[in-house]
Amino acid sequence: MNYSDTSIAATTPFLGLENVRKSYPGVVALDGFSMEVRPGEVIGLVGENGAGKSTLMKILGGVTRPDSGIITVDGVAHDGLSVEGSLGSGIAFVHQELNLFENLDVAANIFFGREPLRGGPLRLVDRARLREMVAPLLKRVGANFSADTPVADLSLAQQQMVEIAKALSIKARLVILDEPTSSLPIAETDKLLDVIKALKADGISVIFISHRLHEVERVADRVVVLRDGMLAGTLPKSAINHDQMVKLMIGRMLKEREKASEAARAPGATALSAKAVRTPAYPARPVDLDVRRGEILGLAGLVGSGRTELARVFFGIDSTLGGALELDGKPLVLGSAADAVAHGIFLVPEDRKLTGILLDLSIAQNISLPDLPAHAKRQLVSAKAETVTAEKQKKDLGIKAPSVQTRTGTLSGGNQQKVVLGKWLAMNPRVMILDEPTRGIDIGAKAEIYGLMRALADAGVAVLMISSDMEEVIGVSDRIAVMHEGQISGILDKEQFSQENVLLLAVGKKPN
Amino acid sequence: MSKKDLGLLILILVVGAVVAIINPRFLLPINLANTSNLIGLFGILSIGQAFVIITGGIELSVGSVVALLGTLFIDFIAVRGLGWPIALPLILVLGGIIGLVHGWLITRLKLQPFVVTLCGLLIYRGVARFYTADGTAGFGFGQNFPELEFLTAGRSWGVPNSFIALIVIAIVMWVVLHRSVFGRYLYAIGKNEEAAKYSGIRTGRVVMAAYVICGVLTALSAIYFAMYTRSISPASHGQFYELYAIAAAVLGGFSLRGGEGSLVGVILGTVLLQELQNLVNLLGIPSSLNFAVMGGVILIGVLVDQQWGVFRARRLMLDASRKGAVAAE
Repeated sequence: MNYSDTSIAATTPFLGLENVRKSYPGVVALDGFSMEVRPGEVIGLVGENGAGKSTLMKILGGVTRPDSGIITVDGVAHDGLSVEGSLGSGIAFVHQELNLFENLDVAANIFFGREPLRGGPLRLVDRARLREMVAPLLKRVGANFSADTPVADLSLAQQQMVEIAKALSIKARLVILDEPTSSLPIAETDKLLDVIKALKADGISVIFISHRLHEVERVADRVVVLRDGMLAGTLPKSAINHDQMVKLMIGRMLKEREKASEAARAPGATALSAKAVRTPAYPARPVDLDVRRGEILGLAGLVGSGRTELARVFFGIDSTLGGALELDGKPLVLGSAADAVAHGIFLVPEDRKLTGILLDLSIAQNISLPDLPAHAKRQLVSAKAETVTAEKQKKDLGIKAPSVQTRTGTLSGGNQQKVVLGKWLAMNPRVMILDEPTRGIDIGAKAEIYGLMRALADAGVAVLMISSDMEEVIGVSDRIAVMHEGQISGILDKEQFSQENVLLLAVGKKPN
Repeated sequence: MSKKDLGLLILILVVGAVVAIINPRFLLPINLANTSNLIGLFGILSIGQAFVIITGGIELSVGSVVALLGTLFIDFIAVRGLGWPIALPLILVLGGIIGLVHGWLITRLKLQPFVVTLCGLLIYRGVARFYTADGTAGFGFGQNFPELEFLTAGRSWGVPNSFIALIVIAIVMWVVLHRSVFGRYLYAIGKNEEAAKYSGIRTGRVVMAAYVICGVLTALSAIYFAMYTRSISPASHGQFYELYAIAAAVLGGFSLRGGEGSLVGVILGTVLLQELQNLVNLLGIPSSLNFAVMGGVILIGVLVDQQWGVFRARRLMLDASRKGAVAAE
């Protein structure tokens, strides 16, 4: 391996992996993988989905043991870690899905199960002391909330800070952040990256796993790239850049970064229109928004700015508290998602596993579900008709699976998302709403999904894309609408596109 | 037939064989006919329950509905002189309305199924007792309904007509549950109601329909039970029947979380439960132990099923990793 940064190379590594191999039924998840983590070093770990990142995490967390290879912690060699061993040696995880009790407050979460107790038979929690113990931890992560705030009231980034504080409370020496920014809006991401820098300053190592390469670029001292379970390469600080990482991740350069065609498109007629619509999230703030045929309208804004809630109204899940919807100039009344589907308004929801697909059903059953009567004769489902529809979508979208009878729960995130898209594309969309369509999806699949959205728009569909990924919003949209606290704070045309303008609007200021 | 159902069938046959060896009276036509009659009665009820459980719901008022509608039916035909061809559909409609109300409260007013149907359990029992002033409703001497008798308590070729009715209903409901659009919706909702809703399914209506089906089938079985017992004391008639139905579904592989289970399973579950009842009688086990035997067998059945699942998953992993190791060499 190549460490150009000699100051780091001088210290002994906290963690070392040597020739680690792990196989699962039918796949080799990790093959001869080696890496080192030094004290106070921030490692960016990148790789496409299925490259072996989660297996590596499971091995480090002691959830699974490698088939072979050596794991060295603090100079002591092991052939595998246990969960207790991993915790005991100071390895802490902050997962993409946070493990917090939303109904408890910050302090209770941080010291859950380890609360300081008052003496006596009742073993009551010593709340004053608990607060004293929590205060310095919160300060270290730069928290702007107090220890007795219920976790449910915190933003996602703040909840992640709580997780990190929890890691610090067990004297973590290595904090592993798994996709921490994938659900964070830009402003909050900055806060999190600052926390990482603070950890580094304290001599704590960080492994930062992310699909958002520009963030890795900003924060990592060294980047380790995984591909097909093997180490594809290590980039020293000086060599970390977007293109290099992508090249190592996919083994080639991406042909062309997905870009909307240069010439501004001639705007089509308005398809879906919100006229002073008030959503349950912000009942006092009416929203006006037009989505035109043939365009991709990006909807940016901070998490909690009311974008998802607006999408839910457009899709008939929530009812409007006032105002009116129009579809192609005609009044539109939606009593349920079924009504929206009947009008050709489709939603690819934010939470794929909870609302996008049914994990226990097959690809074919998921794709036919919204249009099941069309796949049935006299109310009896025709498995043949389902297969035909699904095979077409599988081919068109390039869904990677043994067959259309495969359970969707076994697919990767990108392929699951394609199944969600497939079930709508099999019908005739007029308005397609996509809420964070590429969250947690690898680069290759991302580009394909952008291509699909563009193809839809070219076919005259009105596409509304909600996204917190700045590169994505600017790279893919034809126009960008920005929401701030429940209202559209501005709409940017192609020539006004810039990160700065989107950010200004997102915090309620005027663009330049 | 799934492996689970096959296992249950084998269990039923093994238990049957053991009982037959110890007490050959098990195989007497009269015993088999009696048992299959009970299987018919409880089977119809359990199919209804299964449709609710598949959505992730539960219907606790079944026993009380059997009591209330049974009393009403006898009252209609024996006291008020209503012709049974009118009374029978009327009772079925009443059962459907009860199901509709439950479904409406659950889907529109977002009440929990357990709460709604628990209240139903109390309310219908109370109404039944009040309606008859806590007296036993029954047939007077000389009152005869030959056609109805034949359909409910009669036999064809030695087979109880109630059992034949169950077979017919089971076939129809098998098609509905496992082959129809509605059945697919039921499974989808049971697996993940939110995702089903986001796929444009009118989940409220589908769930309501499940409770209506349960109500109608319960009403039908109420008529069968009424004709079987010929007299009903509303304070105790049908007590715990909801638990028989739930137990049959659970034994048959249904998950109370919804989205899992087959029609064959719930029928086999009913068969096993009735076989156990019969076993208690035939083997001279004190009948006071009846419930304990049932509970014990259900617990063991669920345990074995769960452990078998764990064992299979482990074996699969082992097999695969061995193959992986061979491939790597």
